[in-house]
Amino acid sequence: MKGLAALLAGLLFGLGLVLSSMVDPEQVLAFLTLSSRWDPALMFVMGAALCVTLPSFALARRRGSPWLSDRFFAPRASKVDARLLGGAALFGLGWGVTGYCPGPALSGVFLLDERALLFAGSYTLTVLLLNMRARQVDASARAQPDG
Amino acid sequence: MASWADAAQGGLLIGCAAALLYLALGRIAGISGLFSAALRGPAAGGTPVLFLAGLGIGTLAGAALFGYNPRPASAERLAWVWLLGGTLVALGTWFGAGCTSGHGVCGIARLSVRSVAATVVFMLVAMATATALYR
Repeated sequence: MKGLAALLAGLLFGLGLVLSSMVDPEQVLAFLTLSSRWDPALMFVMGAALCVTLPSFALARRRGSPWLSDRFFAPRASKVDARLLGGAALFGLGWGVTGYCPGPALSGVFLLDERALLFAGSYTLTVLLLNMRARQVDASARAQPDG
Repeated sequence: MASWADAAQGGLLIGCAAALLYLALGRIAGISGLFSAALRGPAAGGTPVLFLAGLGIGTLAGAALFGYNPRPASAERLAWVWLLGGTLVALGTWFGAGCTSGHGVCGIARLSVRSVAATVVFMLVAMATATALYR
């Protein structure tokens, strides 16, 4: 049941990315580029998604646990810090240069879109390196509990 | 021009996906987070991998249903632009703890101040960057 829910959620997400044109970085750039050819359509993607998630997440807040799992895995961090804002700015830079954020890029990989394959190649490599670095930091923190 | 109706309907589907993942499994449908969890292997559980498999099935079904064919890469930009973008987005979503879906669709719905702040910053920077480069 849990696996099916995850699979179905991914499927809906993928359908949504294609139907909304988010999967085409040129369409995304047409929205991100403010010019006489500005195409505001993609504003409606996040807007419509929030129309569903705002009430759904409000419902979740009133429930103790999810339907098929024992707890909600929402992040607990609450401080707006330089790391968050700096990261968001770097992400915005990469998004603005290419028109790709992670979802549409991975979606494009399944269509063998050359642009997505190039983007996802360096994206994946960088995430692997960051994961590896985080594991090393974790391991050395465990080795020196007071350090 | 993308159609406003298609954009809104696609957004509704994305919203339903995020709502389902959170209400059923308690997981945030943030693609950057799920992808890095999937790369960490079985320790992260089956949800990230199954979600991404579903994303692939949904994409292929969507492309068939809605008749979408990607354009060739060389038509617009050089290879290094895509490679650079992928690296920037990986670093940015790692340190910024999320992307368009995790912050923009789920985090704002959770009323997270961090997600609202991150979304404002990445939207503004992305628009400024694209406008400076491609206007």
